[in-house]
Amino acid sequence: MKSQDRRSFLKTSTAITAAVAGLTPTTAHAGPQNILSPNRLGVLVDTTVCIGCRNCEWACKTAHGLDTPPIETYEDQTPFDRMRRPDDTALTVVNRYDSPAKPDLPITVKVQCMHCDHPACLSACIVGAISKREDGAVLWDTDKCIGCRYCMVACPFQIPAFEYHKAIQPRIMKCDFCTDRRDQGKLPACVESCPVEALTFGPREDLVRVARDRIRRAPDRYVDHIYGEYEVGGTSWCYLAGTDFGRLQFPRLGPNPAPGVSESIQHGIFAYFVPPVSLYALLGAVMWTARQRGGDEEEQA
Amino acid sequence: MSHYMRPQPVDRKFLTPGVIVLLLLAANGLAFLAGRFLFGIGAVTHLNNQYPWGIWIGIDVAAGVALAAGGFTTAALGHVMHREQYHAVVRPALLTAMLGYTMVAVGVSIDIGRYYYIWHPLVMWNGSSALFEVGICVMIYMTVLYIEFIPVVTERFIGRVDLPGALARLNAPIDRFLRLADRTLDRTMFVFIIAGVVLSTLHQSSLGTLMVIAGPKMHPLWQTPILPLLFLLSAVSVGFPMVIFESLLAARSFGLKPEMHILGRMGRMVAPLLGIYLAFKLGDLFIRETFVYLKTVNTVSVMYISELLFGVVIPLRMFLSPAVQKSPRLLFIAATLVVGGVLLNRIDAFVVAYTPPYALGSYFPSIGEISVTVGFISILVLLYRAIVLVFPVISLPDRRLSPASKYSVRG
Repeated sequence: MKSQDRRSFLKTSTAITAAVAGLTPTTAHAGPQNILSPNRLGVLVDTTVCIGCRNCEWACKTAHGLDTPPIETYEDQTPFDRMRRPDDTALTVVNRYDSPAKPDLPITVKVQCMHCDHPACLSACIVGAISKREDGAVLWDTDKCIGCRYCMVACPFQIPAFEYHKAIQPRIMKCDFCTDRRDQGKLPACVESCPVEALTFGPREDLVRVARDRIRRAPDRYVDHIYGEYEVGGTSWCYLAGTDFGRLQFPRLGPNPAPGVSESIQHGIFAYFVPPVSLYALLGAVMWTARQRGGDEEEQA
Repeated sequence: MSHYMRPQPVDRKFLTPGVIVLLLLAANGLAFLAGRFLFGIGAVTHLNNQYPWGIWIGIDVAAGVALAAGGFTTAALGHVMHREQYHAVVRPALLTAMLGYTMVAVGVSIDIGRYYYIWHPLVMWNGSSALFEVGICVMIYMTVLYIEFIPVVTERFIGRVDLPGALARLNAPIDRFLRLADRTLDRTMFVFIIAGVVLSTLHQSSLGTLMVIAGPKMHPLWQTPILPLLFLLSAVSVGFPMVIFESLLAARSFGLKPEMHILGRMGRMVAPLLGIYLAFKLGDLFIRETFVYLKTVNTVSVMYISELLFGVVIPLRMFLSPAVQKSPRLLFIAATLVVGGVLLNRIDAFVVAYTPPYALGSYFPSIGEISVTVGFISILVLLYRAIVLVFPVISLPDRRLSPASKYSVRG
C-alpha cells in the first residue's frame, strides 16, 4: 500500500514537473486519440427511401457473429409494433413511425451509433477504451474496458449497450462501423445489404453535399435539416427525413460537442495542476501559522 | 475540561442483539453479491441499457464519498487549523472515513462489469474523464487514510507485541518496525494530512462533474455547470453533522457519556456552512429559472423540495438554536437531517434525475441491489464496532491520569 502511494505521488510530481517545464497541453492530459480527419467517412441515411425491410439488421448480426433467425423471418412486421433500441444482441434496429402526410406510407428509421466527431463516450471513458479513428469510426477496446458503463451515462443518443448477463468479460456493444470489413475493402454490412440504397457510404464532406443537393432538388420531399450535420458538434452518420426529426424520436441536441462543459470544468480544476498545488501550499501555510500561534489559545466563533 | 480524555479501546462485548441483526443483514447482502459474481450484474440488479447506474453508484459510491467527508473536515479543523479541543473526534472521524472509502472502493469494484480490471485506471489514463479523476483521487486518498490510521495501530501494539508459539521470535523485530513507523510518521504526518484535505476537495467536487456530461439526460433541476461546486459545498457541510451523528450513535451504543462540549461547538459551525450551500443551491435555481419545474407535483419536484427543506433549511434553523447545541437528542435529530439530506441529494443526482431519452420502463432498485447496499452498511458498522473495541479510537476519561503520555492524541 505504501509503495503504491509513493508511486502515485511520483506520477503526480512527474506530471507537475512536466507542466512546469512548459510542455504542450496534450501531454498534460494525455488521453485516447481523436483524430478529426477531413477525409473521415460516414453514412447518409435517407429515411424517405427506407422501406423497412430490416435486411440491414440481419446483415449486421451476421457480420458481427450475433445470433439471428433466418432472413425470411424478417418479413414479419410485428417488431414494429413497439419502439426498439440497439442493445447487446442487435447493434442496429429499424423503427417505424406513422407519417402525418401519407398514413399508408409509414416512415422507417434505422438506428445505430452515430460515430460523433466529438464523442461523449470517448471523453467520459475512465481508461480511454474508446477512440475515434482517422476514418471516423468510434471504437471500443475490450483490452482496456473495466465495464463501468460511464459511456452509457454520457452518450446523448443512448447507444452503448452492456452485456448484463455475463459474469466474466461482459462487453460494451455498439456499432463499430464494420471496421474489420472495411479494412478488407468491403462496405459496411448494412450499407451493402440495403436493397434500395437508403444508405450512402462515403466521405462525410461529400455526404453533406449530397444531402443538401437532395433537399434543394426536392424541397417538398424533405425537411430542410440534415440531422447530424451540426448536432453535438457533428456526427459521421447523418439523416434526411420528410418530417420533423422530433416526430421520429431523434433527441433535440444543440451544436456544442457533448463533452464540452464537462471537459472545461475538468481542465479548469486541473489547469496544469496549479489549483491543487496552490491549495496544498495554502493549507500548509495555514497549518504552519496555526502551530506557531499555539493553535487554540483563542477560540473563534 | 475537568478530566483528561484519551483515546483507548472501549471495554465492551462485541456481540449484542443489534450486532446479530447486522450480521444477518450482512450475510443476506453477501448472498446476493454471490449471485452477482456467478451470474452477472443483470441477475441481481434492475440495471439495463437505459439505466446503466443505480443505487450501487448513487448510494454506495456517491453518498458514501460524501458521508465520509467527516474525515477531511475534522482533519482540516483539528490538524490544519490546529484546534486541539476537537482532537477527541478526529480519530472516530478518521475511522469512519477510512471504512467509508473502503466501502466505496468495494462498491465500485462490484458495480463494474470487470472487477478484476479495477487497477486499469492506474496505468491507462484519460485526463478528460471526470470518472478517471475521481477514481485516482479516491485510490490515493484511501491510501492516505490508511497511513493516517497507522499511528493508532502502532500505539496499540508498541511494547505489546506478543505472538504465540514459534512466531514469538518475531516479537522484537515487529516491535522495532512499529516504533520506526511511528517515529517516521510522527515527523511526516503533516504531508499526508494536507494531501488528504486537497485530495478530498478535488474528488468531492469531481463527483459532481461526473453527471455534467449526461447533459439533457439529467433533469434540469439538478443538471447545472456548478454541480461540482454544489457537491463540494454539501460535502463540507455534511462533514461535522456526520461526526456528530456517529459520535452520538456510538456513545449511545456503548453507554458512554456523549462529548457534548465538543459536539455542540461543532454544531455551531454547521449553520454557516449549510447557509452557503443553500445560497448557491437557490441561486442556481433562480438564475437558471428551473423553479418552473417545482410548480407541478411529481416525483422530481417532491424529491427536490424534500432534499432542500428537510436536508438543509430545517437543520440550518435547528443548528442556530442554543437549545439544540446543548441537547444530545435535538443535536442528533439535526445532524441526522443533514446526513439524510445529502444522501437524498446524491440519490437524486445519480438516480432520480437521470432520464434516458428512450426509456422503455423506469428504474427502481431490486431486492438484490437493496440487500447488497444494506449489507455493506451493516458490515461497515460491524467493522467500526470491532475496531473501536480493539484500537484506541474513542476518547474516554483516562483512569491512569497521565497527561504527559507520549501517545496522547495524534492522527
